[in-house]
Parts: sequence; C-alpha cells; structure tokens
Amino acid sequence: MTTVALFVTCLVDLYRPGVGFASVKLLEEAGCEVVVPEAQTCCGQPAYNSGDRRDAMAIARQVITAFADFDYVVAPSGSCAGMIKHHYPALFAGDPQWRIKADDLARRTHELTSFLVDVLQVEPAPARFDGTVTYHDSCSSLRELGIQAQPRALLGKVEGLALRELKTPEACCGFGGTFCVKYPEISTEIASRKAADVAATGAGTLLAGDMGCLLNIAGRLQREGHAVKVRHIAEVLAGMADGPAIGEPQS
Amino acid sequence: MKSTAHGFKENARNALQDTQLRDALSVVGTNFIVKRRLAADALPEFETLRDEATAIKNRTLNELDLHLERFERKVVEHGGVVHWCIDAAAARETVLSICRSVNAKTVTKGKSMLGEEIGINPFLEANNIRPIETDLGEYIIQLADEPPSHIIAPAVHKTKSQIADLFEKHHKRPRSMDGEALVAEARAMLRQSYFDADVGITGANFLVAETGSSVIVTNEGNGDLTQTLPKIHIVLASIEKLVPTFEDMATILRVLARSATGQQMSVYTTVSTGARRAEDPDGPEQYHVVLIDQGRSAMLGTELQDLLRCIRCGACMNHCPIYHAVGGHAYGWVYPGPIGAALDPALLGVAEAHHLPNASTFCGRCEEVCPMRIPLPKIMRHWRERAFEDDIQPVMQRTAIRWWAFLARRPFLYRANTRLAMWLLHALGKTRGRFKSLPFAGGWTAGRDLPAPQGGTFHAQWAAKGGRTK
Repeated sequence: MTTVALFVTCLVDLYRPGVGFASVKLLEEAGCEVVVPEAQTCCGQPAYNSGDRRDAMAIARQVITAFADFDYVVAPSGSCAGMIKHHYPALFAGDPQWRIKADDLARRTHELTSFLVDVLQVEPAPARFDGTVTYHDSCSSLRELGIQAQPRALLGKVEGLALRELKTPEACCGFGGTFCVKYPEISTEIASRKAADVAATGAGTLLAGDMGCLLNIAGRLQREGHAVKVRHIAEVLAGMADGPAIGEPQS
Repeated sequence: MKSTAHGFKENARNALQDTQLRDALSVVGTNFIVKRRLAADALPEFETLRDEATAIKNRTLNELDLHLERFERKVVEHGGVVHWCIDAAAARETVLSICRSVNAKTVTKGKSMLGEEIGINPFLEANNIRPIETDLGEYIIQLADEPPSHIIAPAVHKTKSQIADLFEKHHKRPRSMDGEALVAEARAMLRQSYFDADVGITGANFLVAETGSSVIVTNEGNGDLTQTLPKIHIVLASIEKLVPTFEDMATILRVLARSATGQQMSVYTTVSTGARRAEDPDGPEQYHVVLIDQGRSAMLGTELQDLLRCIRCGACMNHCPIYHAVGGHAYGWVYPGPIGAALDPALLGVAEAHHLPNASTFCGRCEEVCPMRIPLPKIMRHWRERAFEDDIQPVMQRTAIRWWAFLARRPFLYRANTRLAMWLLHALGKTRGRFKSLPFAGGWTAGRDLPAPQGGTFHAQWAAKGGRTK
C-alpha cells in the first residue's frame, strides 16, 4: 500500500481542520495509507518571504527530517507544496548534504489535486454537490506548479456540480502571505477586484485549493455583503461540504 | 529624479483614493494583457525566442567589456564620439558641455527612461536650456510637470479629460475631447520645435557592437525627427544596452514589441550609425553616445546581473496586481512595477526603497511574462533578505516573524500556544462565524471580515482519533 504523509499546512491545522480530514478521506479512498508526522508546524514560507532566511532554513530542515521516510508527501495547498518543491532546493543551493535531501523531498511532494490526478490517476469515489461553483486558481498552484486542469477534472466528476469560470482566473486575490497585513489597503483593493469577479459569475460557492486565498476572498466577499459561500475544494470532492462554509455562523 | 520610494505606503494610500487614476489605470489590466496574449499566441516560436533573447543577453553581459570597446571603435570609425560616464552627474555634465559647444537654447528629446534616471531635464533647465519632450506621452507629463508613471506609456495615469484640460491651459486653444484632435494639436505645437532645436537627445533600445549603431523603437516617428533634424544627436544609453550583432538585436526585437504593446514590431525601428556623411541627404553633423554606468557594472557577476537583461518593455507592470491597484507614481522613482521593485533598491539603496520589493504578493505573473526571463520575485526576495539583515524592516514585523519562527521550530510549544489561541478565537467567533474587527488584527479587518476558525486543531483531533503519526 502506498504510504502518504500528509503535510497538513498551518492554516488547515489551525483554521479549518475539516479540510485536513477531507484530504485524508480522499487519499484513503484512493487506496493510500495516510500518516500525519507530528513534528510538522508550517513550511516556513512566512519567514522565507519576509527575508528571514536563517529561520526559513531551520524550519525547512525540520520538515525535511519529519517527512524523510514516506513514499509521498501531499499538501492541500499549492503554496506550501510549491515552497517544498521549488524553494527548499533553492534554500540549500550552497549546502550539498541538505540539497540532496531537499531535492528528494521535492520529488516526493505534491499538491492534493495534482497528486490525485497526475500521480495516483484514480477515479475518486463519487461525490455529490448540488450547486454552481466557481474556482480560484492560487498563484502558486497555477504558476509554480502548473496546476490548472487537475482541480477542474476532479470537479467535473462531482454529480450535480456546475462550474462557471472567473473572467480573470489568472489574477491574484491579493493575499500574498504577510503582504495582506503589511499593505492592507492594496491587498483589500486587489481582493475587491477578485470578489467582484466571483460575484459576477453568479456562482453560489467559490472553491480554491489554498486556505490563504480562501480566507482572504471570503473575508472580502463577506465584508461587501455577498452571499457566496467559500470552501476548500477538498471538502466538495470528499463529500464533506455539509457544515458551515468559511466565515459562516457555526452554532 | 528625487525619490519618494520610502513613502510608498502613503503614496499608495493616496493613489487608491484617486478615482481619476483608477479610471485611467483600468486599461493597463485589460488592454495590454489581452494584446500581449494575442501576439504571443500568434507566434508559435515565441517561447523559444524568449530563451534565445535571454541567452543573447547573458552571453553579452558575460563579456560586456569586449563588446563595449568594440562598440566604441565602430562609433569612432563612423565619425561619432563615445563619452564614458561613471554616474548620473558625469553624464549630465557631458550633455551640458556638448549643448554649450553650440550655444544650444532648446533641445528636443525622444523618450528616455535613462534621461529620467539621471534627471537630465531639470538639469538642462537650471542651465537655461529648454528641453522639449516629443513623445506624446512624455509631452503630456512635461506639461503637467510630472514624472512618467509607466516605462512605455508615461502618461497612462492621465484620463483623456485631464489631457484635454492640460492642452486647453497650455495651448490656449478650444478644449477638445476627440482623441485624434488632441494628437493633431500636440503635433502642431511640436512641429516648429524640431526645426528650432540645436540638439536632439534620444535614448537607445539597443547599442549594436558590430556596427557602432544606436537603435530606437517608437510608434510616433518623433524619435526620427529628434535625431535627424538638429545639428547634434546625443544618445543616452546605459552600458547594458549592448548587443553584439544586428542579428542579435533582430531576435530581441521580436519579443520586445509583442511583450510591450502586443504589436509585431513598433511602427518605427530607427538605426543611427555615426554622423551625417557627405553623401547623406540629411542627419546630424555630430553624433555623441553618452554611455552611462550608474551602478550597472557593480551588478555584473552578482545575483542582480539578471536585471541587466531588461529591455524595458513594461510587461511586468502590465501584469502586476500591485501596479494595477496603485499605478506607477506610488513607487516613488523612475522605474515602477516589478522591475522597479527589483531594480530601484540596487540604484537607490535598500534603505530608501525597501517597501518596493516588500509590496508584492509574489504572484509570479511578472516572471511569467518577462520576455527576458528575469526572476523578478527571486530578486525581490533577495532585497527582503537584505532589509531583514540590515534591520530596515519595521520592528513589529521583524519581531512577529522571529517570534512565530521560534514557535514553528518547536512543535510541542507551537501546538500548546496555537491550540489555546484557536480555542479562544473559535469560542469568540463561532456564533457569527467571523469578526468585523479584532485587536491586533486591524491590518486584516480594516478591509475584510476575519473568518472564525472551525474549532479544534487538526493535529489534536487526529491524535484523539488515534491516527497514525509515524
């Protein structure tokens, strides 16, 4: 049996554990044994993109070590998967010993939808979602990992689901990690443009594969009073989209 | 040009509140993007050409000294002069002494970002020489007494209505809102200037080593009039404009206009080689190339060398969400957008320009469209690292990152702390599902609701279920 180590990501761990369980369900249904290594916290991207290279490297070493012995590593995030696949090897460019380990981890690491479609190539268990959705490509999924067709292929198999594309699906939502709090006015302006694009589709639900984008777009949609529900794609694919969507009342 | 890059935050805030600017900028995020896409899609070898263009510049930069010397020999062979200038001040003095040699009163100018960089216009004005911009966009912003806000569309921040107001005020003619009429009006006002000017100054898109030529690409033909009618033609060029051969230039030209405006070629591609010969029907009596270093040679052989491949097409800013939101002036110096965010810290110092590389979501679209494949986000990250090392970033941000990293490196401590924080946030927010405002989260909640967490952490729930952890 294929053993998959789940890189939960900090935002899923803290903000929306349900996405982690949806990922586990999808992987198990696809015939994988899922392991969640304890020594994981975050991929280190906030430090890396803030210029704190030393801390980023320390966190990267911790991740590399924790995930050393598994067939595959899967993250329900293009951003964190991109960090591990592209930036870990770059971080250790001058350190051959760690570079080998970073390259090895990079080869084994995949974003969730890409892993299901490209690596496992299995038909996911049938799921049902009644409604019209639109899909936001995270910048890291789209441009760092070239993921565009995979989530759409999976959504195409969900019964009852109709996909309406955004007018500018390649546009950033304005999250940008710490950018969104360092330059909040600019971030909000970019998020407003994304929210307008989402609202214009008329879709009842917005899906994406990255919690950062989802929190940002949900926050802006709700501030503007739009009724669009916002969820991680894994929730819909796993048939676990019954509970409150992001930012909705929970009791 | 005096920098206000350190005031980026305030500049950006003002820009976001400027509704006319918002109207004017709306074309950048749509027209430029669509046109580039169509041009790239129409050329099957476009991606291959980008690789070739990148390789040409890499090769040239690796032996730049040889190409520069060859270029000078060829310029001299054709009766021209090359002036080697280490910095902006030397370049300004050189231009002034050439102008004074013919007692110049007015100077016509083709578009030159390097001219902006070295501040040639205010310098000439201070020395009683009147510079007249002849590119339409540059002419407009000269009337408005503003710097360019885009490297190929300098007046893109102006609406047609604002331009009509400017023309009415300066030309003393009836106000028109017809685009063609406005262009004709500017053309009529500029006409005599070409004949009156003693010196014509242009920039250069390329310097060709094998022939000693300078090359400009324009869409209005103003550059040709600027450089052929006056007695003296001065070319302002920085050292990275060199290409070894005409063939090399032709390759890069094929990606330049397509990336910039979506044209296959700009309307005019004009090659200047030396001064007027006896048999030439027209041309300048003197041909001067003011070759400027201004920090470029210091980038050679460093992680910044990739920046010297830039051909100033503007594709990066045309595709940048930050540029779309705030426009070019907010960046506070000559080069806005992603190229400015990567280049300005090198030319101004990271202390002055640290906001620019920080104000990016790293969405990666700039790198995706850069015809010269400059790794712009990587270079911005380099500057963030420098700012972090030099303690330039705000103390709060540094402390928050270091404190968070301290926890992230200690999973047990991290879990204890985050579990408590998430429990609290969930308890406070679950009923409404989100927060309108929250202490310490003002950066987020000023423009967005903050969703409340779902409750419990994944790791705690996984452990409670007895899930496998090794």
